[in-house]
Amino acid sequence: MYKTLLKSVGKYKKTATATPVIIAAETVIEALIPFTTAKLVNEIKGGCDYSVIVKYGAMLFIMACLSLVLGGAAGYTSAIAACGFARNLRRDMFYKVQTYSFENIDKFSSSSLVTRMTTDVTYVQHAFLTVIRLAIRSPLVFLFAIIMAYIMGGSLSAMFVVIVPLLAFGLFMITKKAMPAFRSVFRKYDRMNESIEENVIAIRAVKGFAREEYEKQKFNNAALEIKRDFTKAERIVALTAPLMQSCIYLNMLIVLFFGSKIAISSMGVDLDVGQISAMLTYGIQILISLNMLSMVYVILTISVESIRRISEVLEEVPVITNPKDPIYEVKDGSVDFIGVNFKYSAHAERYALQNINLHIKSGETVGILGGTGSGKSSLVQLIPRLYDVTEGVVKVGGIDVRKYDLETLRNNVAVVLQKNVLFSGTIKENLLWGNENATDEEIREACRLACADEFINSFPDGYNTKIEQGGTNVSGGQKQRLTIARALLKKPKILILDDSTSAVDTRTDAKIRHSFREYIPSTTKIIIAQRIASVIDADKIVVMDGGSIVDIGTHAELIERCEIYRETYDQQIKKSRSSAANVGV
Amino acid sequence: MSESEVMETQKPKAKLGTFLRIIKTLFSYYPVLLPITAFCFIFTAAVSSIPPLFFQQVISVIQDSIHTGDWATAKPVILSRLSILALFYLLAVISIAICRQLIVVITQGFLYRIRRAMFDGMQGLLIRYFDTHKHGDIMSHYTNDTDTMRQLISESLPMLLQSAVIVITVFFVMLYFCIWLTILVVIGVIAMLFVTRKLGGGSAQYFKRQQKSLGEVEGYIQEMINGQRVIKVFNYESQAGADFARINDVLYEHSYRANAYSNMLGPIIINIGNVLYVLVAMLGGLLLISNAPNISLSGLPMGISIVVPFLNMTKQFTGNVNTVAQQVNSIVMGLAGAERVFMLMDEEPETDDGYVTLVNAKIQPDGTITETTERTGQWAWRHPHSDETVTYTPLAGDVILDHVDFSYEEDNPVLFDITVHAKPGQKVAFVGATGAGKTTITNLINRYYDISDGKIRYDGININKIKKGDLRRSLGIVLQDTHLFSGTVIDNIRYGRLDATDEECIAAAKLAGADGFITRLPDGYQTVLYGNGANLSQGQRQLIAIARAAVADPPVMILDEATSSIDTRTEAIVQRGMDQLMKGRTVFVIAHRLSTVMNSDVIIVLDNGRIIERGSHDELIAQRGTYYRLYTGAFELE
Repeated sequence: MYKTLLKSVGKYKKTATATPVIIAAETVIEALIPFTTAKLVNEIKGGCDYSVIVKYGAMLFIMACLSLVLGGAAGYTSAIAACGFARNLRRDMFYKVQTYSFENIDKFSSSSLVTRMTTDVTYVQHAFLTVIRLAIRSPLVFLFAIIMAYIMGGSLSAMFVVIVPLLAFGLFMITKKAMPAFRSVFRKYDRMNESIEENVIAIRAVKGFAREEYEKQKFNNAALEIKRDFTKAERIVALTAPLMQSCIYLNMLIVLFFGSKIAISSMGVDLDVGQISAMLTYGIQILISLNMLSMVYVILTISVESIRRISEVLEEVPVITNPKDPIYEVKDGSVDFIGVNFKYSAHAERYALQNINLHIKSGETVGILGGTGSGKSSLVQLIPRLYDVTEGVVKVGGIDVRKYDLETLRNNVAVVLQKNVLFSGTIKENLLWGNENATDEEIREACRLACADEFINSFPDGYNTKIEQGGTNVSGGQKQRLTIARALLKKPKILILDDSTSAVDTRTDAKIRHSFREYIPSTTKIIIAQRIASVIDADKIVVMDGGSIVDIGTHAELIERCEIYRETYDQQIKKSRSSAANVGV
Repeated sequence: MSESEVMETQKPKAKLGTFLRIIKTLFSYYPVLLPITAFCFIFTAAVSSIPPLFFQQVISVIQDSIHTGDWATAKPVILSRLSILALFYLLAVISIAICRQLIVVITQGFLYRIRRAMFDGMQGLLIRYFDTHKHGDIMSHYTNDTDTMRQLISESLPMLLQSAVIVITVFFVMLYFCIWLTILVVIGVIAMLFVTRKLGGGSAQYFKRQQKSLGEVEGYIQEMINGQRVIKVFNYESQAGADFARINDVLYEHSYRANAYSNMLGPIIINIGNVLYVLVAMLGGLLLISNAPNISLSGLPMGISIVVPFLNMTKQFTGNVNTVAQQVNSIVMGLAGAERVFMLMDEEPETDDGYVTLVNAKIQPDGTITETTERTGQWAWRHPHSDETVTYTPLAGDVILDHVDFSYEEDNPVLFDITVHAKPGQKVAFVGATGAGKTTITNLINRYYDISDGKIRYDGININKIKKGDLRRSLGIVLQDTHLFSGTVIDNIRYGRLDATDEECIAAAKLAGADGFITRLPDGYQTVLYGNGANLSQGQRQLIAIARAAVADPPVMILDEATSSIDTRTEAIVQRGMDQLMKGRTVFVIAHRLSTVMNSDVIIVLDNGRIIERGSHDELIAQRGTYYRLYTGAFELE
């Protein structure tokens, strides 16, 4: 788990390893400063030669400068290392997700992927920074301070045997009690934010049912619970400050009392005033370093969950990859399904497709009809290898799709997905997704075919009109036509429309189909539709139900022999025609 | 640019205003606790600055006795000093403990109330607000902005207060000891402040930029991940990766600079402190040796018992300056976050001047209506008049749009002179191209938006007079984009009417034709939905939405492309339920599938915000106008 992440440190390894080294050096100097200071204080106290004071002063001055340079350098390198690590993590995750096939994407929800790439990375960045800065520093400070305290204070340093375990035990208890409380409240906190987001998105439903008060009440309950739990958890953590202070004060009292006893009894031989003040400084350093160590522990524990979630993304193995010695050319637009069975994941109980045999000739127009969940989308997604068959073979141009170079295959098989999206950018930029080298003329041509040119031209900025994130500023029908145009720009051998004209009015729908027939006759067109009118003139119509093909035939054949087809037809067309007939159409 | 300059360019008055508002809000939430906590922090700070006085006395006792080696005489003196010291320490620890506990309570209480104020306020905002703000931006008020405020209140403000008190107290204690050394320390602190201004300002600048690029990176990730399937289909992976790498690098540039500045600030301030320490020691030594006359509040002569505690105070003084310096970023970001939160809270709420309410009614045999509190299944509009009489109008579902004009933005009208009368029980359909204004009309009937001109009457009452909640309760809406809530299926159905029993919810689901697939779900009606019902298909979500409207049982229904994602075979099954649902109700239907609207009593054809045709299906067909062409358009291939 940690290893997977650490790979992403990459070129920041140098700064990441330099940081603790620099910090170690800084720590040594920091430990020497009070040591020298004590000497200086003694000199002052002794009222001796001023030149000695200057000597120690100069030493201290140099140390401070060194410490400043080292501290600054460590601050700089650690910032580069931690931010660079986060940068690489985000990049590596993003790249990794690009290699995912649909099955991998299904496994993670989009929102969870976004969280992993943002919030979780921030946590890990913070933890990483803490580790390279403090994980080395605090044990070192602790060690140095103990040693120096022993050198300075001799037997007086024995008091740390009492205070250190006391503090350590206290910190341990606080952490032990607080951590589970935090973990549970973090989960609740995430849930609360999810429900706020839900509310923001569904505000029309909330207001439509006049549920504002109900939502407020619901939110109030969640927020109250968060408040209660957070207060509980943080009150435990808040005990750290008084605990810390008690130990520091205890340390001071002990040093002052026993220190003065030793100093006075020995007439300043065993201990002098300077040493007493140094003992105080070291004492504080020891205790603070312990506290820091417990912080490192807490931050690491909090980030474990994030580390796990990130490594899950990085370790995910893409289900579909390019074959060895791939084929780079698709001969024609013929499609064959031979004995295909398919289920979405190995442990799914139900097959989404069963015993599919279907042969489509290059250049044919094929309509696919069927109810929700009948397997229409699953069927067409096998053609560009968005999913792989579980059993059987899918062939394009007479060759198993698994033998093609993925990019070649997908360039030749264009799918307009049911859940389609436009991206923020201009209309033209969105269309260029289909073919980044497309000329303006080609773009206009594709839009004409998709019946999109008219409305695009009606926009003041035409093809340079900005599309907002999610394509919210164009209507559903316009969006669908743009996505069809985008797919057409690929000049594919096979064009698949997965219910892509559902929001387009019937006339435009007919016009689009007309232009397909007229201008791209050699392209195989596979059209999934709800409306029979959209497929009525297809070369063949495939009727699906419950994951199987019920019948294949032309409209005339199916109307004769296929009950489901007839039922649908009656429902959609015959009824309207008869009513139209009544008024003499 | 230095930090203070940054603040100045960004309306320092507004920053100060935000700061004062935070304090005022805190005070209004905790009028008693807040002063107590503040006092506690000041007390802690003061108590922590007194010990050096006694500390100095102990040192001077040691100093006096060290040559005699007479521990026995020194012991009682030292012990008495130490016990006073211990007393102060005890006080300090107790007050620190209390402070910390109190600040936790106050911070969490404050956050709770701010969240509630935001959420409650948000519920009252106009739909326009949600239509014009990105969801991500609204969300970040609850997450990022609230978090910066937490940091500000729980850490920065107390530290600032405490450090200020310590600095002032220590300053006077220093003056008490020696003015020369004090001047030196002040000079050093000025140097520190200078560095803080330079570095801290740079850091705050980059933190702001980091925040901005972080937003961009998050936005990009969100958009691309949501469109990941399209990326695959278009072989766009490497291009998307390259684009991402570019903005990711910008984020890196800003964030490492921001962090480097703030990481470097600490060591620099601390070491200036160290240098200052040395300088104080040297000057102290010089003063001691040269027997220079001391000027101080105490009038004490220069001595080792002044120099040693003074050195400690120097540490304490610079340490606190460092603490403040470290908080600069948090304070700048916290104030910015608070400003945005306050902006949401200050957003103009949806006003509701309606005074006509919907009440349960009993209709007496003689036709008079009386109000009742129990659920009778009969409803009436309670209409109080200016002469203090109250009339009751039975809820019937008669909707009139009378010469209605509307524009979302001024100067850009989208509806012109719309007049429609839907009599109780009638089905009125709106047909027209996308953007013709169909959905806008429904937005007006339930007052998501208010009309610019004309009148809308519900059962003869101007809808502006009806309380919005009651108006909307009397209208059932099923939208094309269904929104479900996290929770069980049955709770989602119950959303239509909170007091509906399980049986009523299941009956509604059966009516909507949703019962079939719901019972096949792993836990049936108790199946938990999450992420807007992501585990259901679009069609299944619409069925639940229809059931939800059915359980609400309103006299008027608005179906905006309610069955667009349900395939026609399923629709045929649902149709019976829908017919059942529509029976006896006034229904407004918007659908592009003409089969859905054909049997309407009135079909209204809209074009560019104007009604161009109206009539029954047969009438419109006979007219051979746009509707006829639209209708026959489906068959033009034949």
